[in-house]
Amino acid sequence: MTGLSWLRVLAVLIKEFKQLTRDRITYAMMLAIPVVQLTLFGYAINTEPRHLPTAVMVQEDSRYARSIVAALKNSLYFDFVAQARSPAELDRMLRTGDAQFAVTIPGDFSRRVARGDKAQILVEADATDPSATGGAVAALAALPGQALAHDLTGALAPRGQGSAPFEVVVHRRYNPEAITAYNIVPGLLGIILSLTLVMMTALSVTRETERGTMETLLSTPLEPIEVMIGKLAPYVMVGLVQTAIILGMAAFLFHVPMSGGWLGLSLGIALFITGSLALGFLISTVARSQLAAMQMSFFYILPSILLSGFMFPFRGMPAWAQWLGEAIPVTHFLRVVRGSLLKSQGLGDQWRELLALTAFVLVVTALAMARYRRTLD
Amino acid sequence: MTLAIDVHGLNKTFGDKHVVNDVTIQVEQGRICGFLGPNGSGKTTTLRMLCGLLTPDSGSGEALGFDIIAQADEVKRRTGYMTQKFSLYEDLTIAENLQFTARVYGLDRRKDRVDKALERLGLATRRGQLAGTLSGGWKQRLALAAATLHEPKLLLLDEPTAGVDPKARRTFWDEIHALAAEGLTVLVSTHYMDEAERCHEIAYISYGRLIARGTAAEVIAGSGLITFHGEGPNADKLAHELATAPGVETAAAFGAAIHVSGTDRAALEAAVKPYRREPYRWTEVPPTLEDVFIQLMGQSQDNVQ
Repeated sequence: MTGLSWLRVLAVLIKEFKQLTRDRITYAMMLAIPVVQLTLFGYAINTEPRHLPTAVMVQEDSRYARSIVAALKNSLYFDFVAQARSPAELDRMLRTGDAQFAVTIPGDFSRRVARGDKAQILVEADATDPSATGGAVAALAALPGQALAHDLTGALAPRGQGSAPFEVVVHRRYNPEAITAYNIVPGLLGIILSLTLVMMTALSVTRETERGTMETLLSTPLEPIEVMIGKLAPYVMVGLVQTAIILGMAAFLFHVPMSGGWLGLSLGIALFITGSLALGFLISTVARSQLAAMQMSFFYILPSILLSGFMFPFRGMPAWAQWLGEAIPVTHFLRVVRGSLLKSQGLGDQWRELLALTAFVLVVTALAMARYRRTLD
Repeated sequence: MTLAIDVHGLNKTFGDKHVVNDVTIQVEQGRICGFLGPNGSGKTTTLRMLCGLLTPDSGSGEALGFDIIAQADEVKRRTGYMTQKFSLYEDLTIAENLQFTARVYGLDRRKDRVDKALERLGLATRRGQLAGTLSGGWKQRLALAAATLHEPKLLLLDEPTAGVDPKARRTFWDEIHALAAEGLTVLVSTHYMDEAERCHEIAYISYGRLIARGTAAEVIAGSGLITFHGEGPNADKLAHELATAPGVETAAAFGAAIHVSGTDRAALEAAVKPYRREPYRWTEVPPTLEDVFIQLMGQSQDNVQ
């Protein structure tokens, strides 16, 4: 021990500073992380989404019905996107996710309001994500008191006073008790699979490059596709084991409904595991070191968590963020998993998401094959 | 005479650096060719182009009768390549590494071949040991066993004995000679002069250019170098003084002795003359390969950029 020498401290400090300025990652961390995080958290994330797509089935064309639709619109929570002609059609829109809300105004509504006879409208919410619908459902409470204020005049004026002229019946579909775990746990399947599979495979090829074993591999008659299949197959097992654990825990610990859609779910899982592995492989063909591979995986996983609808309601995000979100495979996988488990969607409801996942697999595999170098050039 | 390697005008550029410049090499089948040159002279790049790991920018040629560019796969199948850095799997055992290699080359009688290789290596009792725990010398011998498991016709070795002790180096070279005796052609890069002297012929490359080639004796004779061997006190100090004298191309101290070399006899004599007195004793000796290489390195353009 010779005591603290500022000269020696300075020696380390100067060395560190020089190394820091020569590492491009430093600049990425210093600039990109705050900018990206602030943009995401500041603009994109909104835990109380408005302008939710709403389908309506009006069984009578009346002043009152029009006023109610107008009042819903004015609340800013509901955007009417479709007119349903039958309850089945309404149900389908809710199930596929085309509509977050389904409003039914029954045929005898005006008559009942006029008579003061328990008039009702039905609002069905897709409550798979309780936080996405919470604000809108709360806003419905004020509806009966105000919606018909301008219509109930003259002889009907007394109907607008005292007790409300009609009542809003709210059905929280798919998750009636608004249990957050029902939404989060299936979502975690997508996040955990991405996290482990993308990272593990990204490291697997980079490790060969870093340790120098790649040079020997390349000097053998191995073909790129042989390396890729051989390297990825063990991780398919990893992914399947993880899927089994997560679904098992979801069922027995969290009592997440397993209401069906098994075919779509299986297809989705197969596509997603394959795509994630191919993506990891692609990253590893770009990254020069294991550290760089980790960082690149991170840049994929961060938006997957934030913009996929896993943590925050997808429809709460501004349009640009939703477009970004649509480009993230996890987004589509989450819709398949939640749709299958909670809404018992069939293949007919999921084909768009499954198609997106297929495109993901094909594009990423093609890129990985194109990037994989058979030589050290 | 069958040529195992016959390449002409190989060129390779990385960025603005011309790493290999018009290199032409021929190696006869069954010969051991030593590949020499300073660091960064393009030896590794040339070896990599020969075994299909790098594609030459221009130039052409054959290895084992196959076009090195169009038929790189055929060359790969028949070539063993041993990298400069140990590049087997440290987290696999000795036997597992060999089994992996055997499978990749699709060899028959896998178990038999692996057992034989282990036997030959003298590692049969340690087959379950992780390759990463081997010492430097053993690692190189294992790498050689892996590179020759598929019975290649051509063996490319990139500084195979760097950092290996003299005894292990000798064992390694004995094995290489045994392989060459079986008809294998070997191209081996090295910095060790004793190894260069064990090669049938040598090729000296510098700044990406092939500068000298032939047997050790031919290269020495071709250099036209004259060497004086001096003995006496403070030989190392003398080396320093003589190095800058006109006519002296290299001057190096070896313990208590000094080697002074140059191509111009008269100038060299003149430089040494002031020191031709007691207590120094001078004799003319044939130049060693090292004298020649140091002279060659001094002549060619410095490649450390």
